[in-house]
Amino acid sequence: MIDEFNLTPTQLDALREIGNVGAGNAATALSQVINKRIDMNVPKVALIPIEDVPELVGGADKLIVGIFLRVYGKAPGNILFIMPKESAYYMVDDLMGRPHGSTKTLNEMDVSALKEVGNILSGSYLNAFFHFTNISMVPSIPSLAIDMAGAILNIVLVQLGQMGDHAMVIETKFLAEDDSVNGHFFLVPDPGSLTTLVKAVGVE
Amino acid sequence: MADLIKVGMADYKVGRSPSTLISYGLGSCIGVSLYDPQKKVGGLLHIMLPDSTQARKSDNPAKFADTGIPLMINDVIALGASKSRLVAKIAGGAQMFAFSNSTDIMRVGTRNAESCKQILKRNGIRVIAEDTGGNYGRTVQIDLATGVYKVKTIDRGEKNI
Repeated sequence: MIDEFNLTPTQLDALREIGNVGAGNAATALSQVINKRIDMNVPKVALIPIEDVPELVGGADKLIVGIFLRVYGKAPGNILFIMPKESAYYMVDDLMGRPHGSTKTLNEMDVSALKEVGNILSGSYLNAFFHFTNISMVPSIPSLAIDMAGAILNIVLVQLGQMGDHAMVIETKFLAEDDSVNGHFFLVPDPGSLTTLVKAVGVE
Repeated sequence: MADLIKVGMADYKVGRSPSTLISYGLGSCIGVSLYDPQKKVGGLLHIMLPDSTQARKSDNPAKFADTGIPLMINDVIALGASKSRLVAKIAGGAQMFAFSNSTDIMRVGTRNAESCKQILKRNGIRVIAEDTGGNYGRTVQIDLATGVYKVKTIDRGEKNI
């Protein structure tokens, strides 16, 4: 058992590499969905106080679209893909074949399309992850909410809050080449899953 | 313009008129406000979880209803409030994402609301207004000059409770 709240630099690197491989694959999938080049940053792997997590996405009251999936398997956790409302609307216009700027509110079909994007991203993330670590994980059906960032992040933070005062997040930021779409992809392993992940890449 | 004091997640602040205490973006969390209408002092607590005894050891009592509420009561009394005059209002406790297999985690909003009311009752404090449940986020603020507790949402407008 490793000390999950006190990881060594090598262990952090291992997690960053997992994030890199997974997010790289997810970014490729996203760029195919919206037919644009998608850049991503080097995943941020950090243990941060739970109350500071909403600041990562621009503050607790910022209006965002969040797609949430639970991850099942040997290293369970949560995936949360969040975007500013404008990015989600732009993407929906693309997916539905409407001119950009048409979407003013999301109808049932739009929500379903965005959830599908969540599915594709998580699937490609976890798939890459499987090839890298040989740990097979399955995402749940996605769920979507459009609301304040703080409220949306609650679902993830509450689970971590039961186990400690800090959250280990593997976060990647996506940005389309023309700035039309951006988003954050979070993998938040459950407490206990970090040990499995770090060991899977051969670092003890 | 009176001061606006920000209360983060798993935190609380106390103050007096004419300050306003505000906490942004509550989902399943609860914003518990306390107010003494005569002394015009009060507090706002943003809890995440119902019960510290069901969680691993934490260095932050403001994260839980059972440990956070008594702490805020003491601090409000230290500012001159009388416990017998204190009234509470609560808001939050939503379930943001719907899943068919509602686990305990999914229902944490409801459990948070129940726990807050129970702890307040145990401390002899009346809950005079409540806006809990639903599937949407809330921003809450208490105006310590009037005791008005404002609940703001994205799509459902705002109301004073």
